[in-house]
Order: sequence, then C-alpha cells, then structure tokens
Amino acid sequence: MASSDALLPISAREEDPLVSDGSRSDPNAETHRRKRPVKGLLAVSFGLLFIAFYVVLIATHHGSSRSNDVKIESDETATTTSRARLAGVSEKSNDQLWKLSGERNTVSFAWNNSVLSWQRTAFHFQPEQNWMNDPNGPLFYKGWYHFFYQYNPNAAVWGDIVWGHAVSKDLIHWVHLPIAMVADQWYDANGVWTGSATFLDDGSLVMLYTGSTDKSVQVQNLAYPEDLNDPLLLKWVKYSGNPVLVPPPGILPKDFRDPTTAWKTSDGKWRITIGSKINKTGISLVYDTIDFKTYEKHDTLLHKVPNTGMWECVDFYPVSKTAVNGLDTSVNGPNVKHIVKASMDDTRFDHYAVGTYFDSNGTWIPDDPTIDVGMSASLRYDYGKFYASKTFYDQNKGRRILWSWIGESDSEAADVQKGWSSLQGIPRTVVLDTKTGKNLIQWPVEEIKSLRLSSKQFDMEVGPGSVVPVDVDSAAQLDIEAEFEIKKESLDKILGDSSVVAEAEEFSCQKSGGASVRGALGPFGFSVLADKSLSEQTPVYFYLAKGKDSKLKTFFCTDTSRSTFANDVVKPIYGSAVPVLKGEKLTMRILVDHSIVEGFAQGGRTCITSRVYPTKAIYGAAKLFVFNNAIDATVTASFKVWQMNSAFIHPYSEEAVRALSST
Amino acid sequence: MKMVVVMMIMMVMAMVSEANMIEQTCKETPDFNLCVSLLDSDPRGSSADTSGLALILVDKIKGLATKTLKEINTLYKKRPELKQALDECSRRYNTILKADVPEAIEAISKGVPKFGEDGVIDAGVEAAVCEGDFKGKSPLTSLTKSMQKVSNVARAIVRMLL
Repeated sequence: MASSDALLPISAREEDPLVSDGSRSDPNAETHRRKRPVKGLLAVSFGLLFIAFYVVLIATHHGSSRSNDVKIESDETATTTSRARLAGVSEKSNDQLWKLSGERNTVSFAWNNSVLSWQRTAFHFQPEQNWMNDPNGPLFYKGWYHFFYQYNPNAAVWGDIVWGHAVSKDLIHWVHLPIAMVADQWYDANGVWTGSATFLDDGSLVMLYTGSTDKSVQVQNLAYPEDLNDPLLLKWVKYSGNPVLVPPPGILPKDFRDPTTAWKTSDGKWRITIGSKINKTGISLVYDTIDFKTYEKHDTLLHKVPNTGMWECVDFYPVSKTAVNGLDTSVNGPNVKHIVKASMDDTRFDHYAVGTYFDSNGTWIPDDPTIDVGMSASLRYDYGKFYASKTFYDQNKGRRILWSWIGESDSEAADVQKGWSSLQGIPRTVVLDTKTGKNLIQWPVEEIKSLRLSSKQFDMEVGPGSVVPVDVDSAAQLDIEAEFEIKKESLDKILGDSSVVAEAEEFSCQKSGGASVRGALGPFGFSVLADKSLSEQTPVYFYLAKGKDSKLKTFFCTDTSRSTFANDVVKPIYGSAVPVLKGEKLTMRILVDHSIVEGFAQGGRTCITSRVYPTKAIYGAAKLFVFNNAIDATVTASFKVWQMNSAFIHPYSEEAVRALSST
Repeated sequence: MKMVVVMMIMMVMAMVSEANMIEQTCKETPDFNLCVSLLDSDPRGSSADTSGLALILVDKIKGLATKTLKEINTLYKKRPELKQALDECSRRYNTILKADVPEAIEAISKGVPKFGEDGVIDAGVEAAVCEGDFKGKSPLTSLTKSMQKVSNVARAIVRMLL
C-alpha cells in the first residue's frame, strides 16, 4: 500500500512531512545532479541523505510517547468512521460493543454456572460444546436430513475450522455424528470452510467447499461420500485433483469463497456462483462445469452491486410465482423468479433481492434496483442476529429450507466460561410472497409442532398503558401464535386527529428508543423472558405509525435493551416495517427457547431473531406478559401459547450411530 | 559509488514511504497518535501491509493483557480485599489472551477479518468489564483504559481488511 508519491526528493519539501499528502515530485534536483562533476555529485548526495535521514527521524518519531507506557488521553466518545459508513453501507450492529451497555447498572454481572447453563437451548441445533458458525451442505438423502456446519473442535471462539455433521428425520430431532471433514490436505490445511451440496442426475451427490490452503489462499475443492450406500454419509473423500478452482485473475486470494449448489443450464451443463469483491463492489462469479472437476469461468458476473463490500455465502435459487411449494435449484421457466442472496461481510447482514435470471448468459437483474442486494434498504431474511444463511431444496417434501448461523451477543469470556458459542435458527421454509410478489415469506418448518405440549388460549382486550401477566407456568420454551387488532374507534379517532403527528417516514425500530416509548398506536405485543417485576424483559411488538396520507405503516420490532442486567452483552433494538395488506389482521408468532427469541410477523413477511441473556428472568422466574403501551388506543389480543418440549439432541456416541445405521 | 548512493537513497525512500503507510493507516483510526506510536515502536511496522499492521496491534493487545495479568497477580497480595473483582478481571484478561488473541491472529492471517474484528472488539469489552467490577475504585484503570484504546485502534485497522 506504499504510495510511490512519497519518494522524491525530500529536499524540495518545505512543509511538515506529516501534513503533506504525498505530492512531491521535483524534477529539478534530478537534472541538477546530471550536470555536476563527481565530487559535487557526492556532496549533493550526502546532503540529500542527511536531510532525508533527518526528515525520516521526524516522521517516524512524531507522536511517539516519551515513555514506554502508552499515554492515553481520556476520550471516551471517540468513534470510528469506518469504511462501511463512508461507503454508505450501514454500520454493523456490533458497534454497540464499543461501550459497555450499562445505563441501568454500574457493577458488571459476574456470570455463574447456573445462569450460564440456563442459556443453552432446548430445541435449536447446536453442537455439544465449542464454536459453530456457517451452515454447510444441507441436504436430504436416503431418509435423513443432513446438516454440516463450521465447527471449532478446540475452543468456544472461531478457529481451527472443520465440518461438523448431524442427521435428523425431521429437521428438529438431531443426532450428532463424527466430524465429516478435517483440515488434512495442503489445499484446506488452514480451514475446511463453507460449501454446498449438489445432487447429480444419477442420484449421487457432490460437495463443493472452500479450503484455505497452507499458504492461506482461498480455493474451491470437490468432495463426495465415500459410500453412497451409507445413509448416514459418515465418511467423505476429497477429490485427488483438488483444488478444482483457484482465485481467477483480478480476484485477490482471500476474496474467493463459499461456492453454491449447482443448477442445470439449458444446454445440460452445471453452473455455480461464488461471491467475491473488486475494490468495494460486491460481485458473484459464474462457472460452468460438466464433471465438477474442470470449469469454464464466465467473463460476465451473475450480478454486482457497488459499495457493498465482500459477498460471502452467496445463495441463488428459483421461487415459484404462483405455488407455495419449493423448487429444485435447476428449475426455470415463466412462472419462476430467482433470488440472489449474499451475506455482507461489512455489516454482518444477509440481504436478498427478487429478480430475473437469464440462463443464456448466466446473469441476473433485480426487479427493483433501488433495493438491490446489499444496499442498506434492500430486503433481509431477518432483521436481528442472523448471518451466513443457506437454503437447500428438500426433495422429500418439496420445499426450500433456510438455515442460518445465529451467533452470540455476549462477551467471549462468557462463551469461554459456558463452553459454547452459537446456534442455528429453526429451519424455515422459504417461498415467494404471492400476495405482494416482492418479498419472501419464511416460516418455521411444520415439524416443530411435534414439540408442542400443553397449550392455553387467551382472548383479551388490552387497554392503553397496560401490562398483563400471561399465566403459562414455565416461560422459557414457548411457541406463541397471536392476532392483534386495534379497536376501530381508536384507529378512526387517531387517523382523524390532525394533531397526531405523521411519523411513519422517520420511524425506525432501531432509533425509536424501544418499547417503553409510547406512541398513538403502539407499541403493543409480548414481553418474553421477563421477571415478575419486569426488571428484565424482551418486548416483541408491533408499532403502527401514522403516515402523511393518513395511511398506516406497521413496524415489527424486538427490544433487547432491557433484556438483562449484564453489561457485557450487546442489547440492540431490532426491526423493520412489515407489509400489512388490506383486510389482514396483525399476526405474530414467537418462538422462545432460553437465550434465543425468534419473531415472525404477518406469517413470516418480517422476521427477527435475537439473543438474550437474562440474569433474573430465568428458570422458574421467567414469565410472559402481553402489553399495550399505546397512549390511547385499545387493542384486542387473541393468542395461543404452547409449552415446547426439548428436542433432546443426541450427543455423538458410537452405539447410537450403530443403532441408526441398522435402521 | 553511485550505486551505493542510489541504494541509500532508495532505503531512505522506503523508510519514508513506510512511515507514510503507517500515517495513512493511523489517520483512519480514532487515535492517530496512539496508533503511530504503537506501530512505529515495532520493528515489523516498517515493512508491513495492512494485515501486518493489524497483527502488530493484536500483538500489542497480547502484551498489554500479559502485563495486566501480572499486575493483577501482585494486587492479590497488596490488596487482598479486592479478591472478588481481581478474580473476575483475571478471568476476563485470560479470555483476551487465550481466546481473543488467537482468534484474531488466525482470522487476520487467513483473510476472514470479521472474526478478527470480533476478537479485538472483545478485548476492549473484557477490559471495560474488569474495570467496572471495582465500582469506581479500580487499581487497574490506566491498564484497562489502555486496552480499550488499543482495541479501538486495532478494530479500525481490521475494518480496513473487510
């Protein structure tokens, strides 16, 4: 990164070298030297040298402290204008870790094992211990759903990555299996990273994955099951000719990862896409192959969007415009739209866009370029903690299923102490919203209902400014389905009242101040993982804002700012607007599972996943409340709450695997 | 003779251009002076690219954590009444050494800087938590504040790798 402007000749400079910005060429000194005799030349050279050394002395020692101890000025409010913000991309939510979240408490909470062990989930996928991140190669084969994942066998932080493996009959009850792939070749010595599976015409399957080589170059490798007759796919073989793809010209060696599932082109070849970047433009490269061993790279890209940074975990798949079933990745046709999704390295958000795919040249354009993939206003699968997501086509039930890595929002010390870090979200079906045509709809897989135990139905009116305890016994493992309606009289009054300010244009969950800030038509919803006195609580709620034309804009938010007294935890307020069509009631579904809360509004049009770490609202002290914090409006709430059973995810054991193999 | 002179000039130019590299990088951090002093004082700073500069800062975090742990150990004898807070600080700073630093080094070297960012941010958080445990009467303030400052600078540089 050294600027060649910095080179010549220092003697020509009058100003302070630290202040100048590098424009220093002075050709005069050059020509001067050529005309002088040798002795004079020597004198000038030494003179230059002395000046140069002197200047370098100043340049390298300016600002260095006199003592060895680094002197710190007190500057608590310094923030970084990161490249992301400068590029117009939203700042990553991890910013909140800059300062301790500690308005409500001065002393930090010392985690103890009782509080920490409560955090482990009952029915979300997680390994028995240590760190997990991206979902890898999800697939259905010979009666089993397979799930692979980035795993660190040695620590509760990222590192030493290998492929973990587990199987399930129903995407909910999992059995852990031995590690599928380790870093045992030169081409993945520094990491067996993310990849995807493709089923071939003969029913066999291949895996393409990124390896970080012994020189830390990112390459793509081919692997396949050692024994296709083993439904558990325990053993994997790496192709002897790996790597099958290396970074092409123009792409840096560390900007080439996460190959997708392949799809068939109209001339019978397989096609994949791989995310990357060129300067600050996020891009997706396209390759065609017949045998997954040799590839032709397209000169054109699948797509690119300026100022979005590196595209990780690109996903590309068709959705039906008319039907609610999922589609095999190779499906194309007039009744089909295509989704391009990417995980934005700069912001840790997953973005997607709906668009049209052109098979003849392997390109794609969005339906709405103003919300193109990765732009700050573009759609996200989930407005909370949700990254590196990946879909697969479930040929067993004809659905497209979405997995996602849900990281922790707490400190690494807590992760190390509790011995684990990260979850996967509950797998969701993904379809195009046929009513709007512009967004996807996600919904927890049906199989999760098998965990429902007892339930209670509630129907109540919740007046303005009230919080009502919901009597459900235990409240750490819940499935809640709710319908809300603002009483017509309240709505009419507020819409007709011109003194009620139209705030829909400016409102955002993030900047609203949270659920304690009262508006005309909200917030109202549920407070989950709350203790009796509501000293800790996590509201999941709707907020209706009046628009300029007296229309209503509905927002769906989750406020974790008061979820815990702990101050080494990130506590953001998440959310987004949610489309509500004419005649629709406001509906909300919430899955509560200890330290994870997943909220779904309007049948899955807007989803929010949050991680929370209460210190008091745990075990028997965790309660559920329904609330209405609107100033004037009354709300009717009709909802059902189920207790959720544990999924009893099976630890790995040889006996269990043998038993499974014989079924 | 001319060759020697030319070589010496080129060496000087390299030194100046690397000094500029450090300056340009440090300008984009929240604490220019601290950043420059940390990078200048390290012999590797003179020929490092952005990744290399980031790794130097991770090394500074490691050194500072080690130094703080030593101080915590001496405080157990000098200020036994602070045992509980010192225990928590010990846990926090051991996390920096055993989790944050290795994670950051691996991530930055392998080109997945976002995990490096997690590690350096967390170093600042752990330091702040430790400081908070003393309820305003901390004997470690200058060390914990240092860590937060270094963490801020390190994070800004890791950001440039994304």
